[in-house]
Amino acid sequence: MIVYLLCFILFLTGLYGVITRRNLIKIAISLSIMEFSSFLFLALIGYVDGGVVPIVDMADPVKTYVDPLPQALVLTAIVIGLATTAMLMAVIIRIYRKYGTFDIREINKLRG
Amino acid sequence: MKGMTIIVKKTTQLIAGIIFLYGIYIIIHGHLTPGGGFAGGVILAGSFILLILANGSDFLNLVREESGSTLYENLSILVFLLLALTGLLAGAHVFFANWLPHGTPGTLVSAGFLPLYNIFVGIEVAASILTIFLALIIFKEEVLR
Amino acid sequence: MELAISIIVGFMILGAIYAIHAKDILSAVITGGIVGYSLVICFLLLKAPDLAIVQIVVETITLILMVAVVLDSSRTEAYSKLDTQGWVTAGTAVLILLILFWFMKTASAPLDHFGQGSLRMADAYINGAVEKTGSTNLVTGVVFDFRGYDTLGEATVLVTAVLGVLTILRIKGKK
Repeated sequence: MIVYLLCFILFLTGLYGVITRRNLIKIAISLSIMEFSSFLFLALIGYVDGGVVPIVDMADPVKTYVDPLPQALVLTAIVIGLATTAMLMAVIIRIYRKYGTFDIREINKLRG
Repeated sequence: MKGMTIIVKKTTQLIAGIIFLYGIYIIIHGHLTPGGGFAGGVILAGSFILLILANGSDFLNLVREESGSTLYENLSILVFLLLALTGLLAGAHVFFANWLPHGTPGTLVSAGFLPLYNIFVGIEVAASILTIFLALIIFKEEVLR
Repeated sequence: MELAISIIVGFMILGAIYAIHAKDILSAVITGGIVGYSLVICFLLLKAPDLAIVQIVVETITLILMVAVVLDSSRTEAYSKLDTQGWVTAGTAVLILLILFWFMKTASAPLDHFGQGSLRMADAYINGAVEKTGSTNLVTGVVFDFRGYDTLGEATVLVTAVLGVLTILRIKGKK
């Protein structure tokens, strides 16, 4: 159970970074850390003690396998996380070209 | 954008082909060993990004490359959708049915539609990541002009 | 096994705390990358090699993207003193975090111990999967055959994200 609590603490560290930091790149890094903690939690739920990798060996097919369903969910989620981070980086580059700074308190003045 | 020194250029010319071949291996053996379409697609994109970063390109080559990669991405997702729709016509008459013969489990030609799905998802993921990378580089070059 | 994963997650928490408070942004980005690579070791210990391969290559691509963005613009964080608005935000954040931690602790009490396999659907997916899908890799069978709609949705999300990036990064003026 302590592994679950440590996973939650990682999530809460990322959430602290998103709330309190003023630099846009640090907000992006903290969002990425929150995503890592949720991947880890899903992979932790499916683990079975004494289980093997979920690839069936045709010579010796009857064993205890680790649960393959949470692994399939995390596989999808990792690629979606990459797409989200790429789009966030595109928005950040555009903001830097227009305002010249990464500080979120300076960019709330409309210019142009 | 400028390329790098001649040592980096020669090394990447040797290595990029091996990385490309490794990506294709991971995609095709997706139903036998760990890996599959997504991991192999990202490795394929990695080999192209390596070549572009090491050799550099001028602006018109990059624009032409980007139109090619968006074409591949959209074509492969369309073919994936059409392959999934053929399940309505044959077999169990449901969407996404796996109606090709299953074969012997454990050999390369087995599992019906799964290798085909892996290949097309792999091409689509590789082209997506290459397009994102090229869009960023073209933006930087256009601002510098 | 539980002890090894706990130590690695402890290192990840330390790395995350450093990445949030670093003064140099390039150091913060690289430390975020190290947190991602430690996740690969956790996945290998949890007997999930599919996830390890995908996570390591995706983390490399994310690092390339972020380092390119940071090196192209400013590299230092020009402000680190906390004024009154900063102290109020930090205090509110700590309060919210404590309440959320208590909620998560209560919500995870009914879960089984680590290693029991808390999900009931595992037997339905594993028994007879080789005959139903024909593939020996169970995770690929689940991703493309049993839950094919999720894969279709994910490919669509990737195409939409590329469309969004291409729209944001265009400088074509109106002629």
